[in-house]
Amino acid sequence: MANATKIYNFMGIRKLALAFSLILMLVSIGSLAVNGLKFGLDFTGGSLVEIGYEQQADLEQVRSQLQDAGFADVTVQTFGSPRDVLIRLQADHDPVLGDKVLAALQTGTDQSLELRRNEFVGSQVGEELREQGGLGMLLALFMIMVYLAFRFQFKFSLGAVLALVHDVIVVLGFFSLLQVEFDLTVLAAVLAVIGYSLNDTIVVYDRIRENFRIMRKGDAAEVMNASLTQTLSRTLMTSLTTLLVLVALFYFGGEMIHGFAMALLVGVLIGTYSSIYVAANALIMLGITRDDLLPPQKEEGEEAEELP
Amino acid sequence: MLNRYPLWKNLMILLVLAIAGLYAAPNLYPDDYAVQISGTRTTQVDADTLTRIESALEASGIQVKGTEMQQDGVALVRLPSSDAQLAAKDAISDQLGSDYVVALNLAPTTPDWLGSMGAGPMKLGLDLRGGVHFLLEVDMAQAVGQRLDVYVSEIKTKLREEKLRYRVVDHLEDGRLAIRFIDAETRDAASSLLLRTYQEFLVDSDDVDGEAWLYVNLTEQTIRDIEDYAIKQNLTTLRNRVNELGVAEPLVQRQGRNRIVVQLPGVQDAAAAKRIIGKTANLEFRLEAGPDASRADTEIYGFRDTPDRKATLEKDVIITGSSVSNAQAAFDENGMPQVSITLDAKGGQMMSRVTRNAIQRRMAVLFVEHKQRMLVQTIDGERVEKRIPYTEKGIISLATIQSTLGNSFRITGLDSAQESSELALLLRAGALAAPIYFVEERTVGPSLGAENIELGTLSVQIGFALVLIFMLIYYKTFGLLANIALTLNLVLLVAVMSLLSATLTLPGIAGIVLTVGMAVDANVLIFERIKEELRNGLPVQSAIHAGFSRAFTTILDANITTLIAAVILFAMGTGPVKGFAVTLSVGILTSMFTALLVTRALVNLVYGGRTLKKVMI
Repeated sequence: MANATKIYNFMGIRKLALAFSLILMLVSIGSLAVNGLKFGLDFTGGSLVEIGYEQQADLEQVRSQLQDAGFADVTVQTFGSPRDVLIRLQADHDPVLGDKVLAALQTGTDQSLELRRNEFVGSQVGEELREQGGLGMLLALFMIMVYLAFRFQFKFSLGAVLALVHDVIVVLGFFSLLQVEFDLTVLAAVLAVIGYSLNDTIVVYDRIRENFRIMRKGDAAEVMNASLTQTLSRTLMTSLTTLLVLVALFYFGGEMIHGFAMALLVGVLIGTYSSIYVAANALIMLGITRDDLLPPQKEEGEEAEELP
Repeated sequence: MLNRYPLWKNLMILLVLAIAGLYAAPNLYPDDYAVQISGTRTTQVDADTLTRIESALEASGIQVKGTEMQQDGVALVRLPSSDAQLAAKDAISDQLGSDYVVALNLAPTTPDWLGSMGAGPMKLGLDLRGGVHFLLEVDMAQAVGQRLDVYVSEIKTKLREEKLRYRVVDHLEDGRLAIRFIDAETRDAASSLLLRTYQEFLVDSDDVDGEAWLYVNLTEQTIRDIEDYAIKQNLTTLRNRVNELGVAEPLVQRQGRNRIVVQLPGVQDAAAAKRIIGKTANLEFRLEAGPDASRADTEIYGFRDTPDRKATLEKDVIITGSSVSNAQAAFDENGMPQVSITLDAKGGQMMSRVTRNAIQRRMAVLFVEHKQRMLVQTIDGERVEKRIPYTEKGIISLATIQSTLGNSFRITGLDSAQESSELALLLRAGALAAPIYFVEERTVGPSLGAENIELGTLSVQIGFALVLIFMLIYYKTFGLLANIALTLNLVLLVAVMSLLSATLTLPGIAGIVLTVGMAVDANVLIFERIKEELRNGLPVQSAIHAGFSRAFTTILDANITTLIAAVILFAMGTGPVKGFAVTLSVGILTSMFTALLVTRALVNLVYGGRTLKKVMI
């Protein structure tokens, strides 16, 4: 039964996968263009106050209380539990803003309220963070491309980065489509997605490289199929364990890392898909051949010959 | 023989793990609630003080876990609960008065034998511990502008001394000085004089409509120096203020060219902290102008409480708040708040020299505050904030000088006890060299911090348990070995974090969770490879050997690329994101060690050197 393992014909549906990926990307880019991202406080600037109630808070009442107290342009929502109220203001910096909001809300209720969190980000800082985040993402992609070109071959590094760009756009599109708040921790998660998806892609590429050298016959698509089949159980296992911990984080980690866990959950799913269908597919479209991988092999051969 | 590690290799791995265990251990000991007492400039904490503290606590009936003296004159009182901590703080402040700084703290309970090896627990970030984080921006334009104003008066004096006649010396908005002379020759003479005297000037001549102008620019280097000075001065002042506030383990640090980060862990009254840190108040002492004083030498100011009431003051400032060496808030005979002020030697001399000749005249105390107005405009759909700084000056007291004033006197006419104590604090801590503005602020309440720790720990535990169970079911014996390695990986990760004294944040905990999920990847790669080799018909021992060695390059490549992403995240990220990048990077490195060496050692121990027909994998 040794070599009898069935080789799945992954590349047989590569046109279909390509179409699927294109649709995903188009929808994502479309949504990003139309809806944009719902940037959080970190990127927009403004103020935020989180108030803890003893019992479920009445958001309508909170809104009118704040209006009466003279706070204009406020958004009020619950945060995690119905007892936590998150209030966003476009106010200037005011060192006692949190206490003012607390006082305004406290007057209308006999519950004892608690000021849980108070944040202010200047719009300039927000802009800088946004720029820095985008720059960091591009820099990460570039460095990875250089490393891969050096360790593998140019077509591999291009393929891997295509897969990463695909993943990043889809995750961003997901956040745009559902209008989930995009803050600094989500950005960190997106960068972690780059790391994770890359991990997956490298494992597949490593096997493709190996198989190109071992398998004397068979075209590129057959090598891909063999490689993907051989790495399939590993790809699924790792995705599963990672998804397990992410689900734990999503359900038990609290509201503050909800977005983070969500970005990674989407990212790991799409990253797993892309390392199979996008990364390998890209290699075929880039016209990878056995010759692309010959030079290093020749070198090794020469060295071996020189040995006595 | 295949799959046997030499003894030294096993011992080395064991040694690394033992050391890791030791350095991770302090995290098992929960922190004590504590109150930390330290002296100010004039006082010292010694055995006597400690006795006073102990008796005060006993008198208030507060249960204490222990008291101790630490190095450099800091006393620590350990308490059983958060309530006792607050009560103890109040009792101790009442007993010692304002000469000592009494701060809330969390004290590690690391046993001495661990502590003596340099082991300590991980530091908790503000989002886990509660506290305040500020990012302040120093107004550099203002700092340079202030210096230019000084140059203006210096240049005027210099030109007068050299008898070079000028018409105007002006400080332009673009940060240049413009001087107009009566003719071009005088201008040229002045130009060479200024260049000789001031190396930091760049001088340009210009003739406009027959008027001889000279423009003075500061060199890039000079501007940089002024900025550095302003930042340093502000850092010192902010540190003083933070110390006066009584915060244990504060962080006051420069960030970038013109920003300062202030972090105050565990601060309860965040509003007060913000008020005092951001205050740019200063005092000026000036004489009231005489009836025959010329208009050019006087300025008119309103009173702070009754702006309609005005007084004409001399332009010359006798001393400013920077000459104050000590200031204490108190109450006068009528129960009104006042501040007693002691001047330093130079300030005292100036004060007595001026007041000696001004008896029966009146002296004003001018309260100077730099403020800003925020203009929010929407230009092309973008929200743009514009800061318009302005200075508010108001007289707080105007009193007749009865006799020559010396080193100490008092200021009355303050609104409230809070104002007098804050003014005293500001005068003690010193003024800011340039105005500062808050550009970012994050305050996390203590209960939210505790909740974050709880949820973070819970998700680590659940995620960890799920992975362990899954691995055990899927890989059986090998899964068990991987689980041992995974557990050791966690220990190693915590040890490295503690050794680096890295700060653990909520995203940092998320990073640990993620690392747990991803750390098994290396093991999965190896195990799948072994399975494959077995399917290809290799004997068990060779399959194990091939599995480990073939998976190696894959693991290396995969981890290095992930590490690139993590390192960039660390370099670009701020605050909480940095915490995530740290745990992720450390996690990648430790997981490579445990997966490649520890799992290997374990597999070798179990299977190595035996003849096997079959393995459970």
